[in-house]
Amino acid sequence: MKKNSIVMVKQVPDTANISGQVMKEDGTVNRAKLPAIFNHEDRVALEFALQIKDKFGGKVTAITMGPPRASDVLRECLFMGADEAVLISDRKFAGADTLATSYVLAETIKHIGGYDFIFAGRQAIDGDTAQVGPQTAEKLNIPQITYAEEILEVGESSVKVKKKIEGGYEILESKLPVLITVIKDAAFPRPFQAKRIMAYKNAKTLSELEKLTEGNSLLYIDQLRDEYESRNLYIKTLTMDDLKLDESRCGINGSPTKVYKVESVVLAGGNHEMIPPTKEGIGKLIDHLLADHILG
Amino acid sequence: MANYFSDNQDLLFHFEKLDLREVVDFLEENYSQSKKFNYAPVNYQDAKENFKRILEITGDIAANYIAPRSPSIDDEGATFKDGKVQYAKGTKESLELLSKAELMGMILPREYGGLNFPTTVYMMATEIISRADASLMNIFGLQDIGKTVAEFGNTAQKQEFLPGFASGEYTGAMALTEPDAGSDLQAVKLTAYQDEKGNWFLRGVKRFITNGNGEVLLVLARTEAGTKDARGLSMFVCYGDKTIKVRRIEHKLGIHGSPTCELQFNDTPAQLVGQRRFGLLKYVMYLMNRARVGIGAQSLGIAQEAYEQALNYAKAREQFGKPIYNLPVVSNMLIDMRVSLEAFRSLFYDTCVWLDRKEMLEQIVEKLKLEKKPVAELNERLKEATKYLNLLTPLAKYFLSEGANKICYDSMQIHGGTGYMHEFGIERLSRDARITNIYEGTSQLQIVAASGGVINDVFNDHFNECEKKEYKGSLINLLSVLKEIREMFNDCLKYIKEKKDPNIQDVASKDLVELYGYIYTGFLLLDEANDDQRKVFTARRYILDALTKARKNAEAIKNELYSDILHADTILI
Repeated sequence: MKKNSIVMVKQVPDTANISGQVMKEDGTVNRAKLPAIFNHEDRVALEFALQIKDKFGGKVTAITMGPPRASDVLRECLFMGADEAVLISDRKFAGADTLATSYVLAETIKHIGGYDFIFAGRQAIDGDTAQVGPQTAEKLNIPQITYAEEILEVGESSVKVKKKIEGGYEILESKLPVLITVIKDAAFPRPFQAKRIMAYKNAKTLSELEKLTEGNSLLYIDQLRDEYESRNLYIKTLTMDDLKLDESRCGINGSPTKVYKVESVVLAGGNHEMIPPTKEGIGKLIDHLLADHILG
Repeated sequence: MANYFSDNQDLLFHFEKLDLREVVDFLEENYSQSKKFNYAPVNYQDAKENFKRILEITGDIAANYIAPRSPSIDDEGATFKDGKVQYAKGTKESLELLSKAELMGMILPREYGGLNFPTTVYMMATEIISRADASLMNIFGLQDIGKTVAEFGNTAQKQEFLPGFASGEYTGAMALTEPDAGSDLQAVKLTAYQDEKGNWFLRGVKRFITNGNGEVLLVLARTEAGTKDARGLSMFVCYGDKTIKVRRIEHKLGIHGSPTCELQFNDTPAQLVGQRRFGLLKYVMYLMNRARVGIGAQSLGIAQEAYEQALNYAKAREQFGKPIYNLPVVSNMLIDMRVSLEAFRSLFYDTCVWLDRKEMLEQIVEKLKLEKKPVAELNERLKEATKYLNLLTPLAKYFLSEGANKICYDSMQIHGGTGYMHEFGIERLSRDARITNIYEGTSQLQIVAASGGVINDVFNDHFNECEKKEYKGSLINLLSVLKEIREMFNDCLKYIKEKKDPNIQDVASKDLVELYGYIYTGFLLLDEANDDQRKVFTARRYILDALTKARKNAEAIKNELYSDILHADTILI
């Protein structure tokens, strides 16, 4: 009863370590100054997939759509135990919102095929939309379970999952294949494994191999790719053309979301008011909150 | 995110500087292992990249997973209930994570699941782990048990025990000490006997056994009935099965996470490791010397953390309207701490490289001898390396363990009353540090072990070479200071030799060993300063401070400070 999983991962800016140089004067983020990290909930998603592999066997494929440097997280997926990693990268994907992203991811998953589970983190810490997982499931026309805390049971063609809801949990059963998004505390992701780090540290994407051939006329990219593939060190790289995608649905063209304005909100201290812990005080506090539209 | 490897600039400095090419070429059998194992390096550069990456994950796990658990490991400690030893929750979790990360068999051969790393890199990992939780090092550091089986066990034993060590399934223990055989291991009484089929069994008691509850134990036992010295002792490997009763665990001042057991062996089935009667003379010496180096790493990790805490506290704590860091008295203490820390690290990793080199030479010579090939030249190198290491191991252990205590002491002083409280980490570090200059041979025994090499001035040629090197700018002055200390040393050595009083020689050897250590470390720092601008400050403070200490040491010897030990009975009332 082998079960194959595809895990959708994302490289995100490390928003927990924002230093002074990161915010530009216009309030936008200077990504070059931000360290890029593996979105934590996606690591948890990979852990779920690896646990299923540990139990039932099968294959784990990690995929990400992103710029060339997103290959870092794919290597980290290999370090954790993923069998294969795929980078979906094309300049034409730039500026994608969740709709365009889920289109590309869904088409990639169809291209890969042969899956029982698709795992993803609940959301990425840069966009915080939590939409890509569900939209991908919709496009693949398969069931989805979001906010998963625990996989309770895996059957021949079904799965039972504990899902977190406000103030409690639900237990849901679904047919396979299914897309599951997981929350931060659902599992502690396993560490990178020393031997896998050493074995896969030189795994490379197509564009990274192309860089090696630059300025070296003796290296041919096809040969190099074959060589890396034979050593299990090739990170499959897919472009818009490889996937035969509709350009009008990719990147900025396929993204109805338009950013209206980015504001740098400075939380200034100093403007505080003492409210006495009395009945009158509480009444006054409620009036304030109503006036600020925080309540009501 | 914090990382105890990549954030530690001085450790990185030593890592970058590390030249283990010859050792790694040998360990990797000229990189032929890469044909069998996809994680074996293809050349030296690749190997170094591997070391770096593995130290990076060790640093990550140490800083973000282990360190946050260390206060609770200290509070909870290892416990003993119904005859069973339980690790603290944090210890258990940390060991599980380290096993999952495949870091429990760093120095074991690949064919048994290990990473085949040189000891120096493993010691860097040990420093990192010790900084996060000193008590965890006592279990992490027991990888040497597996290493000893790998060196001296037969093929069947390696196949039986090593994969379990490499995966972290087995933790080990070295069962040497007994109630009446501590520093004096020749007095070991636990007996090993054979049944008519030739199977070995162990019977007797061991005490103060770190991780005595481990799955696999190396045991020093008396095989030759009627003997009383080292020549009657052999080494055994056995499982920690139900025939071994843990009688109690000790309640210790520090390293609470590490269980220290009293063990009773009740006819425990065991296997002889290596040759009979070489137990103490060869195998335990091998193990002990490595363990001593390990304690150096533990001391260094503790000292690093104590320094970091003092620095952070001094910058955060405001008194008299400014951070106490800005008070010269405080910043001066911090400089002292920092400079000793860096000097210790230089001495330590230099020692580690000599250890790797010596073990490599030993194996090459042994191999060539079997093949009946000439070994004269290599034998010379081996002799030299052995001579150096026999001095450097106790010297480093002495300096680092005493130094860690001093750095913890000063760190607590900078914390003031706050540091004396349990809530702050420095209180725990101070308690943990206190064992380092006691176990694996007390400081006094390290002096004894080092004094042979010091009295024979084994680094004489090396120092002469150092003096001939060209040094830049202000370093020339520091060189002359080192020369001055060397003269003082030679002077004292002559004085002591002429004295011919063994009692005085014993007591004075501490001063003499220290003098020698100042010179050796001083030259290491001078070399570093020649290549690195910042290190000029380290070298300057260390060498000038060494001069004042050296004067004190020399005065003590030459003023016959110790002549009154002849009247000990009168003074000690």
